[in-house]
Amino acid sequence: MGFKPLRVLAAMSGGVDSAVAAARIAEAGHDVTGVHLALSSNPQSYRTGARGCCTVEDSRDARRAADVIGIPFYIWDMAERFHRDVVEDFVAEYAAGRTPNPCLRCNEKIKFEAVLDRALALGFDAVATGHHARLEDGVLRRSPDEGKDQSYVLGVLTREQLSHAIFPLGDSTKAQVREEAARRGLTVADKPDSHDICFIADGDTRAFLADRLGESEGPIVDALSGKVVGTHGGAFGYTVGQRKGLNIDRPAADGRPRYVLSIEPVSNTVTVGPRAALEVTSIVATKPVWNGPVDTSSGEIGCSVQLRAHGEVYPARVRLGEGDVHITLEAPATGVAPGQGAVLYDGDTVIGSATIASAA
Amino acid sequence: MVPEAVAAMVAELSRVGNASSLHAAGRRTRRIVEESRETIACALGARPSEVVFTAGGTEADNLAIKGLFWARRRPRVLLSSIEHHAALDPAHWLADHQAARVELLPVDAQGRVRPETLKAAIGDDVALVSVMWANNEVGTVQPIHELAAIAHEAGVPFHTDAVQAVAQLDVDFAASGVDAMTISGHKVGGPMGVGALLLARGVDPVPVLHGGGQERDVRSGTLDAPAIAGFATAVHLAVERRAALAARLTELRDLLIAKVRAAVPDVVVNGDLDQRLPGNAHFTFPGCEGDALLMLLDAKGVECSTGSACSAGVAQPSHVLLAMGQDGARARGSLRFSLGHTSTVEDVEWVGEVIGGVVERARRAGLS
Repeated sequence: MGFKPLRVLAAMSGGVDSAVAAARIAEAGHDVTGVHLALSSNPQSYRTGARGCCTVEDSRDARRAADVIGIPFYIWDMAERFHRDVVEDFVAEYAAGRTPNPCLRCNEKIKFEAVLDRALALGFDAVATGHHARLEDGVLRRSPDEGKDQSYVLGVLTREQLSHAIFPLGDSTKAQVREEAARRGLTVADKPDSHDICFIADGDTRAFLADRLGESEGPIVDALSGKVVGTHGGAFGYTVGQRKGLNIDRPAADGRPRYVLSIEPVSNTVTVGPRAALEVTSIVATKPVWNGPVDTSSGEIGCSVQLRAHGEVYPARVRLGEGDVHITLEAPATGVAPGQGAVLYDGDTVIGSATIASAA
Repeated sequence: MVPEAVAAMVAELSRVGNASSLHAAGRRTRRIVEESRETIACALGARPSEVVFTAGGTEADNLAIKGLFWARRRPRVLLSSIEHHAALDPAHWLADHQAARVELLPVDAQGRVRPETLKAAIGDDVALVSVMWANNEVGTVQPIHELAAIAHEAGVPFHTDAVQAVAQLDVDFAASGVDAMTISGHKVGGPMGVGALLLARGVDPVPVLHGGGQERDVRSGTLDAPAIAGFATAVHLAVERRAALAARLTELRDLLIAKVRAAVPDVVVNGDLDQRLPGNAHFTFPGCEGDALLMLLDAKGVECSTGSACSAGVAQPSHVLLAMGQDGARARGSLRFSLGHTSTVEDVEWVGEVIGGVVERARRAGLS
């Protein structure tokens, strides 16, 4: 009966969100321990300054916040796991012509697998993070702060993972979180939001990939004419839907701008075409995860689907296959890139997710 | 800090006066500083003129190693491979920026520099030798007299970092034969931010800090009289109480080792069981990660440490254990327990009670 305090491990990045999340859960009377995840054994090689999530400065900010909150604080070395499960996966996905989302992967494999498993083994009941998403009775919903909602990058978590997760910021907007941080005397209250990919120090994804995959020239082919219209320095530098930086030598016959339609890694070919050719309504996605209130027994469900972070939401029918799902959109979508997550919603409630394999 | 040191320091904090000034207040402060110098010299077997005050052990190590390298104009610097970073890093800096040839003397499995190792390495092209009196991590006490004698035969000055040793071992500067010795305030129950380098006559390092010419021109800077007063009181008391404390800590330490061995049969006790700091117990728990043990023990009210930490705060395997021949994985599962004047039999028994469960849990977490 009554309140039973949980032993909670608060993942603290050094940013304002995770600091306020830890403070709230501690104030609620739980037994909280702060942990900063060191994601690089050589922090200098990753982003420096205040925008990343894995620098020496960030670990100091996290420690400082833990001291203000009054909770024990440790640094866990997750560099090996992070490198293998997130960075190498990121490079391999690009090499295979897909466009990965490393944040989603980090939640799936690091925060709610490596860290959660270790926390449970050490006697903790749950892992708390500063994600902007609501989680009530194991059901994941969008944050009331539309611009900051992170339910998409959490949609990949299983029911089991969600059952050990706590998102204390669920009902708050970013502005409220910052105001609360200032009120609590947390020095990170004004720290800028992190953007881009934390392990690419200068934000230059193309150069990062070129370093690891090597430059190799290949053709840019126009889908309409079948002709080679330019060359590129490596197909990995392109993403479906991309328009800028194509370096096409000749204007297209119809005079319209060209977009990347597909990337073929084996022949190192980038195919481009007009915007209309980007439109898809049929998506096959693999590795489905059902983590919300959904009845899949009929083999088909109606829902809405989000196809990239901060992307639009499309009404859709989803048919369950063997280890995959077939998503039919009611209206066409553009820029649907293999490798991205398709997160399925019922209103603002996450019901499941899968990884986009192909689209037509 | 011991209460007597706090009292001595507080008494000085409310007074004004610069020990370098000629007026009455300056003279009074100078008297405090000089009496402190005499107290420390007397407690450690040195002459008052041999005590050079610094802002702590790190500065004293830097002054000895850089200063003697510059003064001696010889290319080689010999250090033990298990030195504290306050000694290792200045030496590495000399190697990187001043063309010093730094050679790290290997240690045996107990963490000791064998005299024959130094004998084989010494030569008249060596600027200085630096070997700590007792290791801060595994507690092994070095054969300082023998090592200093070997250096002297070759005419090479010998520095020792005795920060860990002063409160627990019989440290006599003159009798030890060393030329330079680092001591520090907070390790003997005194304030942080103050220390000293004891420098034998005729040993004149080039200064690291230049300025007003205080401390026989070796270390410039206005002296922190209140800290020095607290420091001297603490050194005096630590030496006076050393024998009794060492006897008590040895007993407690042996009880701790017995309790841990009983609870965790496959535990490895690191370092030398005999030539060891009385208050140090250092273990390797196979299959565990040190930081998991640390966290679980902290939750049980037991405070201990894993060893060295790198700039990002990520636990790296200790260079001391690696030098002693342990592999990285084993070194990561190591834990140091330090016992001091506030430690009790009850504390040690509590560790014995909880360590079994903690190790079991950490092993499970290590495998996940």
